[in-house]
Amino acid sequence: MLNLTRQTRVTIATLTAVLALWWLATTGLGLIGKLRLPSPEDFVAAARQILTSGYAGATLWVQAFHSLGLVAKGFAVAILTGVPLGLLMGWSRRAEILLNPTFLILRPVPALAWIPLAIVWFGLGDTGKIFTIWLTAFVPSVINTFTGVRQVDPVLIAAARTQGASTAQVIRHVVIPGALPMIFTGLRLSLQASWTTLVAAELVGAFFGLGRVLNVAGQDIFPGMIMVGMAAVAVCGAATTWLLGQIERKVIAWRPAV
Amino acid sequence: MASGSLKREKNYLGPSGTTVPPAQFWMLTVLGVVLLLGTWTLVATSGMMPRHFLPTPLDVFNRIYTLMFNPFAGHLYHEHLFASIGRFLMGWAIAVGVGIPLGLMMGWYRLLDEIVTPLFDAIRFVAPLAWVPLAALWFGTGIGGPLLIIFVGSFAPCLISAYRGARMVDKRFVEAGQTLGANTWQMMRHVFLPGAFPSIIAGLRVSAGLGWQSLVGSELIVVGAGLGYLMVQGQGNLSTTTVMAGMVGIGIVGFLIDVALRGAESSVKRRWGQQI
Repeated sequence: MLNLTRQTRVTIATLTAVLALWWLATTGLGLIGKLRLPSPEDFVAAARQILTSGYAGATLWVQAFHSLGLVAKGFAVAILTGVPLGLLMGWSRRAEILLNPTFLILRPVPALAWIPLAIVWFGLGDTGKIFTIWLTAFVPSVINTFTGVRQVDPVLIAAARTQGASTAQVIRHVVIPGALPMIFTGLRLSLQASWTTLVAAELVGAFFGLGRVLNVAGQDIFPGMIMVGMAAVAVCGAATTWLLGQIERKVIAWRPAV
Repeated sequence: MASGSLKREKNYLGPSGTTVPPAQFWMLTVLGVVLLLGTWTLVATSGMMPRHFLPTPLDVFNRIYTLMFNPFAGHLYHEHLFASIGRFLMGWAIAVGVGIPLGLMMGWYRLLDEIVTPLFDAIRFVAPLAWVPLAALWFGTGIGGPLLIIFVGSFAPCLISAYRGARMVDKRFVEAGQTLGANTWQMMRHVFLPGAFPSIIAGLRVSAGLGWQSLVGSELIVVGAGLGYLMVQGQGNLSTTTVMAGMVGIGIVGFLIDVALRGAESSVKRRWGQQI
């Protein structure tokens, strides 16, 4: 027999069983109506349709890349604004005290709650979506960078000072590398949240993107396409998480893999 | 010298390398609040943006007061608030009730772990809000849809924290339980649940935050009452004050949930006397 680990064998058996049950419940025995749960055939047909002729205005590639691009842009802006602010708050206790009330007020409001405001301010275009993704990733970026800076071993900073390092050199060579693991933890947490925010924003109103596909499929009562949309969101979420993990391993090469 | 270096240890960073005296702390805090609200008010009244696009903080609080006595989107403000809280509590209770026992069992039965893990990994990346169209298909506009979304949003941390907690339970306690002839229920009740409790409490806080967030998202899309619904209706009427009034309520409830569970977490930490 094939030399598979126990976990692999159980996984294959489980997934096969789920697929078989799915087929039996829908096509095989017809226990669940087509409008409640699409059959595997419906799913494949919907996937083929959106891949070749497109759905909700474009093919799957175009929709997925549109969503991916928005997450990437929102994320980039959040890192560029959040990390420096977190560094400042971590470095200077006065800056921390001054800015703390703002974050105490901002933090409990989920980014999702900004969506209606973003629509009023920016309309249904891309700007509003980038704004909400920025909000999703900004607050964790600041807070984790701040925490990371505070966790840097003071002995290291003192050692660098003793060697005659300037403030800029201390920040560049001691504080930032020391805070990087925490910064990446924050980014990982906010990446998944960004997808949730984006899907919500696109469901509420958008011209393109995976959330738009889901929305149109919901209105058309097209269960197969809803499942394709959900699968596409999952694949994009998993792919970006994987990519971030790769970047993290490159950037923090000195840290043993967790 | 020694006391000087100790002082520095607590607050080693910053150009001065010293602690900030309490008077200055409060001054800066108040200044921070004043700066935030002041900048906001200034921008709102300066005419850079139309007033109905960016109301002042005072406008927002006036709006909340008005909404308490004049129904908007079918209900009064606190009725929307309680509708949201009730829905959240129901969905979260289901996630906790399913996630924690399942997580504990997965920590105990290897086969269950091996079966559930790939399924869990497969659907973990589906953003909770992506379930909205399917939820609408299954439950229409009823209570089931939002509950499903909250469940999907808050389930994962419950499961993971209970599973990790159960795996971290000292082997000796497990063996002692087995030696004393405990059945599955007794093992769960007297060994795994107490052993995993600190981890579970930490997971509950994360899951409540995510659940509250998912609730807001689901209310933006599917229901007929609640703070999220209030905000969407406000957006439809281009009433920024109403939208912001909703955000204030959502922020306050989210904050209170977090404070309550943070309190629970630290009291559990003290009682169990261990680091989480």
